Amino acid sequence: MSNEAPRSAAKKQLPEHFKAYTGVWVYIELERGQVHSVSWELLGEGRKLADQLKVPLAAVVLGPPDGSARAAVADSFCYGADRAYLMESALLADYRNEPYTRAMTDLVNTHKPEVLLLGATTLGRDLAGSVATTLKTGLTADCTELAIDAERSLAATRPTFGGSLLCTIMTLNVRPQMATIRPRVMAMPQRVDAPVGEVVEVPFDMAEDTIITKVIDFIADSSRDKVQLAYADIVVAGGLGLGNADNLRHVRELARVLGGEWGCSRPLVQKGWAPADRQIGQTGKTIRPKLYIAAGISGAIQHRVGVEGADLILAINTDKAAPILDFAHYALIADAAVALPALTTAFARRLGPAVRLAG
Amino acid sequence: MHIVVCIKQVPDSAQIRVHPVTNTIMRQGVPTIINPYDLFSLEAALAIRDEHGGTVTVLSMGPPMAADSLRRALSIGADRAVLLTDRFFAGSDTLATSYALATAITKIASDQPVDMVFCGKQTIDGDTAQVGPGIARRLGFHQLTYVESVETIDRARRTVIVRRRAEGGVQVLRSELPCMVTMLEGSAVVRRGSMADALRAARADVTTWSAKDAGIEDISQCGLRGSPTVVRKVFAPQPRKEKAVLIEASAHDPVHMAEATIDTLFAALPGLNAELHAAAAR
Ligand SMILES: Cc1cc2nc3c(=O)[nH]c(=O)nc-3n(C[C@H](O)[C@H](O)[C@H](O)COP(=O)(O)OP(=O)(O)OC[C@H]3O[C@@H](n4cnc5c(N)ncnc54)[C@H](O)[C@@H]3O)c2cc1C
Repeated sequence: MSNEAPRSAAKKQLPEHFKAYTGVWVYIELERGQVHSVSWELLGEGRKLADQLKVPLAAVVLGPPDGSARAAVADSFCYGADRAYLMESALLADYRNEPYTRAMTDLVNTHKPEVLLLGATTLGRDLAGSVATTLKTGLTADCTELAIDAERSLAATRPTFGGSLLCTIMTLNVRPQMATIRPRVMAMPQRVDAPVGEVVEVPFDMAEDTIITKVIDFIADSSRDKVQLAYADIVVAGGLGLGNADNLRHVRELARVLGGEWGCSRPLVQKGWAPADRQIGQTGKTIRPKLYIAAGISGAIQHRVGVEGADLILAINTDKAAPILDFAHYALIADAAVALPALTTAFARRLGPAVRLAG
Repeated sequence: MHIVVCIKQVPDSAQIRVHPVTNTIMRQGVPTIINPYDLFSLEAALAIRDEHGGTVTVLSMGPPMAADSLRRALSIGADRAVLLTDRFFAGSDTLATSYALATAITKIASDQPVDMVFCGKQTIDGDTAQVGPGIARRLGFHQLTYVESVETIDRARRTVIVRRRAEGGVQVLRSELPCMVTMLEGSAVVRRGSMADALRAARADVTTWSAKDAGIEDISQCGLRGSPTVVRKVFAPQPRKEKAVLIEASAHDPVHMAEATIDTLFAALPGLNAELHAAAAR
């Protein structure tokens, strides 16, 4: 079932007890001493929403009492927060659903924000679903655009199923209005040395023996086999227009010569031509490179939302009418299997002896 | 072990087409499938049943035709199927959906206690990943999402150990039954189901429950009324003001084509040339 049919009849009639909810909150995802950069991206976006609403922007930091949470609070002010809510407890050392849901819902119930934003990471999605259910409020996943409407409600836009369409979702009559946003969808704000904001320290009163789930080990990914696709400055990707799996090597070759990363559209993952961590788009990685080269990719909405943050998009496509030409900056109307190797050779020649072509 | 697996019938996305003029989704005639992510959870549930014994009940909320997907789950090896269908459910968002499914699971558990609930990591149509956590919260089950593998289940102690995908690594978690698990895609090869299962599925009854049958007393928590989110509008994305500039080059001369493209890129991104040289020198 889906409610993706417009209900323009729905009216805002916020119950009295929700009218006290004010302020924009961003959950700062601190895990194993490190803040996920999506949290800073959301502070950048939250700043705009808070300014429009003329309310404070607050960072919510949950973590262990080892200094890492306090460091995250200090950084939050540099990325635009006016205030920080801080809960420090040894029970919050590793992410676990139970204590984190409890901490977050307690904070919301006590300090009553109108908007709560979280990163759409494995942690953020796990937490957001539990918190929204506990608070019985609306949660919009994987938003690509946030705005404040004329009635001061959060308008959260996300791609809708199967077509080149977007939908705007509102939580009119419950607070807080919750949304998750994937990493790299919003721009990274400038870090400025800000005067220290207000820190609201809140005690966390749970006992370890009431928490059933225990983290018995953590196996860190070796950074070597982590694909840096989301953070690459140059990305070359291929789609079904490549014709066959073998032609993907032209994509990899060009990416290599340019010192970038390679990616693909979803059907290539479904066909088993490429691993899932190379997929770009709504259900894959969101990228924000300086240069994105998309070869044999039609530009479906689910792909588009993952690449729109690129500074410059070059499409290589045989079809002048392909939807990707609606948002690419330049297009080369050509067969990808011919154009890609030609580009690789030409770039290698211009970049000189430092770049060698693989045999 | 009694395991409930929640599945959703979704349109086969590979076959969805958008109407070229009205830009609306053409759902007619699009074949439906079990949400692909749910199959990994179904497989994990069946593997646990095979090892520990017990029953796998598949549960779905949807229109009457969602019975097809439940029958398909039976043919893969599930033991029982329950379909939750009622006009009151129309327009449910994730909060209302988790209410209906959690209430139905409570009803299922009144016959035979439920040890585990499996849900798909997310669906391919809604893609929210919220229904599983919603069900866990409502039932008070321990929540284990993005699970790569269920390592051990100790039925006597009622403990479970799983490997969970986290940002930057894998958490090994020890928790207790009852719990709600969502499996990561690729966590196992989904079985095909035996001939005996296929025959059984063809004859099997899918238990069909209305909201009332499922024990739902508060209809105001279902469907549109029970959904805090509303869809304000559905629209086509704005095309950029100008379309892509076509790079002029002879389609028959790849060398010329490549040179013209590189000149265009260097002109459009002034720093690019220097950056590439710097990167190449490293
Ligand atoms: C819920 C959901 C989530 C999704 N998530 C994603 C996602 O994250 N990422 C994603 O990419 N997709 C996603 N999709 C799929 C998406 O809708 C499209 O189906 C997909 O992006 C199309 O891939 P494609 O462009 O490679 O293939 P096609 O749409 O088939 O396009 C192929 C293109 O290649 C061109 N072409 C053909 N021959 C040549 C040639 N010789 N040289 C050059 N060009 C050629 C064609 O003109 C065409 O434009 C999702 C879909 C759904 C329903």
